[in-house]
Amino acid sequence: MSSVAHLPQDPLPISPRPAPRALGGHFTAWLRANLFASIPSGIMTLLLLFVLGKACIGLWQWGIANAVWVVSGNDTSACRALRGVGACWAVVPEKYRFILFGTYPFDEQWRPALAVAIFIALFAVSSRRSFWRKELFLLWAAALAMIGCLMWGGFLGLSFVTQDRWGGLPVTLILATFGLAFGFPLGILVALGRRSKLPAIRSLCVLYVELIRGVPLISLLFMASVMFPLFMPDGVNIDKLLRAQIAFILYAGAYLAEVVRGGLQAVPRGQYEAADALGLSYWEKHALIVLPQAIRHVIPPLVNTFIAFFKDTSLVLIIGIFDLLTTAKTAIVDPAWQSFSVEVYVFVGVIYFVFCFAMSRYSRSLEAQRGTN
Amino acid sequence: MTTSTPKRPPARPWRLSLSDPRVAGLFWQVLVVGIAVAIVVWLWSNAVHNLSVRRISTGFAFLGREAGMPIADSWIDYTPKNTYLRAFIVGIVNTLRVAVIGIVLATVIGTLVGIARLSSNWLLARLAAVYVEVLRDLPLLLQLLFWYVLMQGLPAARQAFKPIEGVFLSNRGLILPSVPLQEANWWTILALVAGLIVLHLVRRRLIAQQMLDGRARPAWPYALGLVVVLPALVSLLMGASWSITLPELRGFNFVGGLTLAPEYFALLIALVTYTSAFIAEIVRSGIQAVPRGQSEAAKALGLKRGFVLQHIVLPQALRVIIPPMTSQYLNLTKNSSLAVAVGYQDIVSIANTTLNQTGQAIESIALIMMVFLTISLGISLFMNWYNARIALVER
Repeated sequence: MSSVAHLPQDPLPISPRPAPRALGGHFTAWLRANLFASIPSGIMTLLLLFVLGKACIGLWQWGIANAVWVVSGNDTSACRALRGVGACWAVVPEKYRFILFGTYPFDEQWRPALAVAIFIALFAVSSRRSFWRKELFLLWAAALAMIGCLMWGGFLGLSFVTQDRWGGLPVTLILATFGLAFGFPLGILVALGRRSKLPAIRSLCVLYVELIRGVPLISLLFMASVMFPLFMPDGVNIDKLLRAQIAFILYAGAYLAEVVRGGLQAVPRGQYEAADALGLSYWEKHALIVLPQAIRHVIPPLVNTFIAFFKDTSLVLIIGIFDLLTTAKTAIVDPAWQSFSVEVYVFVGVIYFVFCFAMSRYSRSLEAQRGTN
Repeated sequence: MTTSTPKRPPARPWRLSLSDPRVAGLFWQVLVVGIAVAIVVWLWSNAVHNLSVRRISTGFAFLGREAGMPIADSWIDYTPKNTYLRAFIVGIVNTLRVAVIGIVLATVIGTLVGIARLSSNWLLARLAAVYVEVLRDLPLLLQLLFWYVLMQGLPAARQAFKPIEGVFLSNRGLILPSVPLQEANWWTILALVAGLIVLHLVRRRLIAQQMLDGRARPAWPYALGLVVVLPALVSLLMGASWSITLPELRGFNFVGGLTLAPEYFALLIALVTYTSAFIAEIVRSGIQAVPRGQSEAAKALGLKRGFVLQHIVLPQALRVIIPPMTSQYLNLTKNSSLAVAVGYQDIVSIANTTLNQTGQAIESIALIMMVFLTISLGISLFMNWYNARIALVER
């Protein structure tokens, strides 16, 4: 401090240069910085604006200006007249019950609707950091049991509905969520096995993971639909949806095992050694010390894996299970509506997008939080 | 007193108790492997019983029988009179055709979109972000069906779209001009490939010499000779013709040119756009992983922009990019099996038809798995080799 005070005064103090004045207002300055920073950038902007404008006008004319929103009954002549010029959104109010719930008895469709609501509530609760406790497992078990009861029924005056009548969004959510719920413990066991010191167990786990990850999901689903019955003893007939669900669990287990293994590798060695020093057994060490840290570490990739499962459930279309995509494809088999598949695919696409986008946003916010910690 | 080398503690005697880690290890391994073997044996005995009841003979003898299955889109000669084995080979070629071209296109588009996401042009970066977000959050099968429906909605051959001369887009697919390849053309292409390999070796040698005395040696005369003059000479000597045949409309269909069937084209578009969205994210994070200081330091040394990108930024970004890129390539290859949904006859579709015709479920699915495991292994080995080549070499 004192040395500064003794310094001679600057003979000619140079006042700071004024900031360069932005040309125009705030907005124009932003435009210049972000859209017209250089000549190539400006040309690119104009080109993109042109293409974007044309695309928007085309979409507006097809999707809104020329679109048919309502028709009476199955009379689609108004839509046919505008084919290729305007969209026929009338197909959505006509078919949405079938697309969302499949062939579930029409008067009972509040049950699958409620099941979907429970699923969404379950996801919402699980996404809160304050709920990441052991009780969450109980909550999942309770919610999944409740969904099963709702869908099957057969008590309290609810009529019994067999699985072959389930369809649409609940089936998609069931395949993805049950795949995760059962595949996750399997994945943890396999991940532990892959890091085990016991050679037989390790090679068994490696074989399982690499075999499942090396082949397309479709071949697993084919296996579930045509090969599985061959491997069962006489008289045992497992329902098609359940077989696909088993295939999904095995598939999920292999992918989740790799995610969990990544988390296990991130736990510092000292944690393992400290647990050993305390005299904890293998299972105590993993359940109390290692896994809680490992899983916290891999929650963002877990969410990403779940998004992938959610999208992959659509593959059951190929073995004829009525998930959301299959019901959409079946809805347009109806001759009157046959030529409006694009509209139906857009409708289903929006549903898939809302779920996946919400989850991927959530995963990104988790990663951002971890970045700031 | 002399100090003796410390003796190893005597091996503890085995105790027949689970508290002995060795006994416990052995016990758990025997238990788990025993359960696994028991399950497999049980499933297998069921299968043998069921097959004998249904009078299905096991084994791959059916591959020699006549397939009787029409395949519309094949690059090798095939008629329904050929054997199942040949049908499977057609399927493998079809799978590879979509996978290899798909990987190349997805890499190019994905890289461009990934770079566009980092552009200083706000509009370009936003559009690239929307592209990535929309394509990643929709199931691939939905996208595939969507493209296929659009493809079927295209006008008939007579009213085909003609974006440029010689290119037609109609409900028969995309028809492109082509160069008919004779023997002479193949020799020229071979000469070009050989020239490229030799050029690569020469460049390595030149760089090794530069390492010794620090003097840069130009590589372009060699490049000119090996890549331009050599193939041109071969082409002239062999009398190769490089005339382009334009497809033309005769009656209700096109003659000449290269036809991409609608099924193939829809599958290719779906695979390429879907995978390119993931590749774009990988490329973006790879570039962002290179610290800014690296390119700033290189510029401060006076290196040129292109040199900085090629020798400073890209090698470091590639190290981050290659491992996730490998899994995207594997995904694209596995996803090509969705072809069965639009009727493009890849290996899965042909195995499925075989399965329905012959009932040989186990063999057909085993063949699918074998083919994919082989392709996956091939891609993994190649990418691991490449990854090891570009890995950081530390002193």
